[in-house]
Amino acid sequence: MTQALVIAAHGSHLNAESSTPTFDHADTIRATGAFDEVREAFWKEEPHFREALRVVDADEVYLVPLFISEGYFTEQVIPREFRLEEWEPELWDSDGTSATHATLRAADTGQTVHYCGPVGTHDSMSDVIVRRAESVTGDDDVGDGFGLAVVGHGTERNENSAKAIEYHADRIREMDRFDEVEALFMDEDPEVDDVTDFFESDDIVVVPLFVADGYHTQEDIPEDMGLTDDYRTGWDTPAAVDGHRIWYSGAVGTEPLMADVVLERAADAGADVEGAIERVKAETGGSPATGD
Amino acid sequence: MHDSQVAAVTEAAADGIDFDGFEVRADGDEYRVAANGAETTVGEDDLDAALAEHVDYATNWYFWHATAPQAEPRWAYLRWLERSDELSVPERYDALREGVTRSWGQLRITATVDEGGQRRYALRNEEDADVPDEDLATYEDPLEARSLAKRDDDGKYRPLKTAPTLRTGWRFAGLSAEGLVQAVDFFYPATVANWYAEREGELDVDHWRETMERQTGMFGLVETWDRGEGHEHVNWVAEACCVDSQCLKRREWQYDDETDLDVDGGDGRFPCREPCSVVISAARQWTKLEAEEPRTYEFELTPSEKEQIEAIVDAVADGEAEEIREADVYEGANRYRARFLRAKLFDEDGNLAGVETDRE
Repeated sequence: MTQALVIAAHGSHLNAESSTPTFDHADTIRATGAFDEVREAFWKEEPHFREALRVVDADEVYLVPLFISEGYFTEQVIPREFRLEEWEPELWDSDGTSATHATLRAADTGQTVHYCGPVGTHDSMSDVIVRRAESVTGDDDVGDGFGLAVVGHGTERNENSAKAIEYHADRIREMDRFDEVEALFMDEDPEVDDVTDFFESDDIVVVPLFVADGYHTQEDIPEDMGLTDDYRTGWDTPAAVDGHRIWYSGAVGTEPLMADVVLERAADAGADVEGAIERVKAETGGSPATGD
Repeated sequence: MHDSQVAAVTEAAADGIDFDGFEVRADGDEYRVAANGAETTVGEDDLDAALAEHVDYATNWYFWHATAPQAEPRWAYLRWLERSDELSVPERYDALREGVTRSWGQLRITATVDEGGQRRYALRNEEDADVPDEDLATYEDPLEARSLAKRDDDGKYRPLKTAPTLRTGWRFAGLSAEGLVQAVDFFYPATVANWYAEREGELDVDHWRETMERQTGMFGLVETWDRGEGHEHVNWVAEACCVDSQCLKRREWQYDDETDLDVDGGDGRFPCREPCSVVISAARQWTKLEAEEPRTYEFELTPSEKEQIEAIVDAVADGEAEEIREADVYEGANRYRARFLRAKLFDEDGNLAGVETDRE
């Protein structure tokens, strides 16, 4: 029995780089040899979700959405487009951040599909956010004297969108590593525009919980926070804003350790990838497993 | 032949081999070997020599059963590439030693064979057919196809992989069978799978109506596309997007199960089985725009100005505006001509002939 991994991402008709993190994480996982096949699939690019399963031969497919939160895409679009028979959101039995997986059959290809929760709500995503803070500051021990802002899109239309951000902010706060941790949003309160109002610390690391760098992470957020008046002229890292130093990391989804979260999702659904997880963590700067 | 190839033939002979005119069958301690009109029976010690008499047949069997991907669509595709349904093994090997070339969209694929029957595949843009190897950038990893497919020769992003704008200047020199199909799948995702499904009479086509009916969220809007005018709108969509000049897939989807579109689906090698995401996004926008009621505007244009506006729409629609020479003011879509028209006819708010847009 062969096993394949399919990573389902949004992609873009307009931005060539939108799919780059998906390709990068797929390549990292491919190199481990844990799966017989690894394939990227997209809503806006090709192979489209509708055709992704027919380009993999394996009978068992682990389908991992490279999305931040549970919601419209994970509950409606992906199951529909992959033709996952008998799907209903209740199968995930989730409170909005706790989906693990459901096993279904694809109507067109007959493959067994282990449909996993999105990467964004997996516990190990908290580690990627922390790793992101480390990589942007260049300090593997960053935390003391620093505030951390986890930034989400936020939307009035879907309460799960904010839940994912708050979930990780809470988890990282409990690590007691940063002096302060806040969840901030673009489209709802508390807003990232006022980032310095929420922190006492001189240094603030800002990590947007987005899959790819694009309009929001490279234009909107830097301008809204006052890192720059015009995104085209760039900004400093760190940049001085209202007496604080802002370390802006760009999309967390571009962090190499994200490949680990994809693997963890597949592992939770029953894929045999333990060795691959160790290897990816070692290669991408994740904390080595201590076994405790 | 390698020992491992002889061993594989020996093992498979127990159940009998009958492939591409090559037959081997174990019968007790003996093996009957037949190919090319000759037949011989030998003991195991002499099997190697007997196979050597038909080495091309033997390595051909080995390649297709031990080396080539065993998944049916890819296997059939690789067979198609070397014209296995048209050429006998000796004819095919003669051709493969020179190189058998086929095209797939804008890809030019050349299959060759070495002494051991191993196939190698070279891949480049058809437009580079005659370009010397050393003038092309050489790639080895099929995964590179993803970045090569991303942008056209001008560096512009290609959201549609089957747009006829595949960049030039690159080649893959010696891909394995597995690597070749992987590269093709990155250049033109799912085309091999859908080509095979069509060949087997199993292509699952989703027509316009059913594809639109399953849209939700912001795309739910396209369901309202029909405005009592039958499928005329959809003909316009297909004419705009789904012709050979814009996409190399051959459109197999129609308006619905019973109603064909009037527009030709194109001549592409690989079928298009449902409206793609680019078409759906464009159709959503047109659905919104087509909801507007027409207004009557009155303009005064000289005959040449009317023709110039027509020339501008044509040049933009055909992607030819960039090709019009800087000083070619004889072309209606020339930039200076367009700037003159704007200077003369637009008011300070950008209204054509000073006539305001009526949105009420």
